[in-house]
Amino acid sequence: MRARVLIRPKAGILDPQGVAVERALPALGFEDVSGVHIGRLVELDVQDPSQLQAMCEKLLANPLIEDYEVQLLDGSQ
Amino acid sequence: MKFGVLQFPGSCDEVDALQAARRVGDAELLWHGERDLRGADAIVVPGGFSYGDYLRAGAIARFAPVMESVIAFANDGGPVLGICNGFQVLCEARLLPGALLPNANLRFTFRQVKLEIANPDCAFTSAAAGAASLSIPAKHSWGRYYAEEHTLDEMERTGQVVLRYLPGHNFNGSLRDIAGVQNATGNVFGLMPHPEHAVDEMTGSTDGLRIFESMRLTVEGARA
Repeated sequence: MRARVLIRPKAGILDPQGVAVERALPALGFEDVSGVHIGRLVELDVQDPSQLQAMCEKLLANPLIEDYEVQLLDGSQ
Repeated sequence: MKFGVLQFPGSCDEVDALQAARRVGDAELLWHGERDLRGADAIVVPGGFSYGDYLRAGAIARFAPVMESVIAFANDGGPVLGICNGFQVLCEARLLPGALLPNANLRFTFRQVKLEIANPDCAFTSAAAGAASLSIPAKHSWGRYYAEEHTLDEMERTGQVVLRYLPGHNFNGSLRDIAGVQNATGNVFGLMPHPEHAVDEMTGSTDGLRIFESMRLTVEGARA
């Protein structure tokens, strides 16, 4: 099973990368952009998708500072 | 007494840490793949970019074989010092509270910082008693200390906040100006600045030596 894990900085924690990108967009003419946050994307093949949550808690994310979201993808991808 | 200084792939300050430790005692390097701490009385987790800092700084190093032994050593009360990347490793290993985030200015910064000793009774600062402040270099891009508000309150109440950046020196945006913290039992200590780079007059400050000297006093005091 192909899976995708999206990892984001927790709400309320300063995300300076997001702030920098948000400030850069208007300089290129893209106005009215807000709430930019930068995270990480992990894609993996797993035999047992029920292990994904434990993988996230133990390694892929640091739950103190990051939220994660697991997406199961079609096996053909 | 003997220091064991860990060495991971990507460590870069282990030799300076070894040389600093040798000014106050014996010291040897401990390779990440080994589990034997070789009779070390204290452990130093040095700075650098262990395992390339892949995923998050310290996230992979935490699972190195040698860390299993270090975690057992720490849980048994053994003194453990984490410097910069070593601090990140100890946070990832949950031996210390909190986490280190990218500097608020998004830059790698290398500068001398002045530190207030917020807990002078700590096992890692006892040899600095009476010092108004410590002057030690810091060099990192992931040094913004973060913990939840209620954790920070509890840490301040119990003396777990050991070092703070003095006004004008918190370049990374650490919450409450925190530069170094210890665990609840006071035997694990991590800081972002590099005491091992401040042990010789040639480089402008010997304040870092006091951290190593404090560890020696702690180990020898426990033996006496």
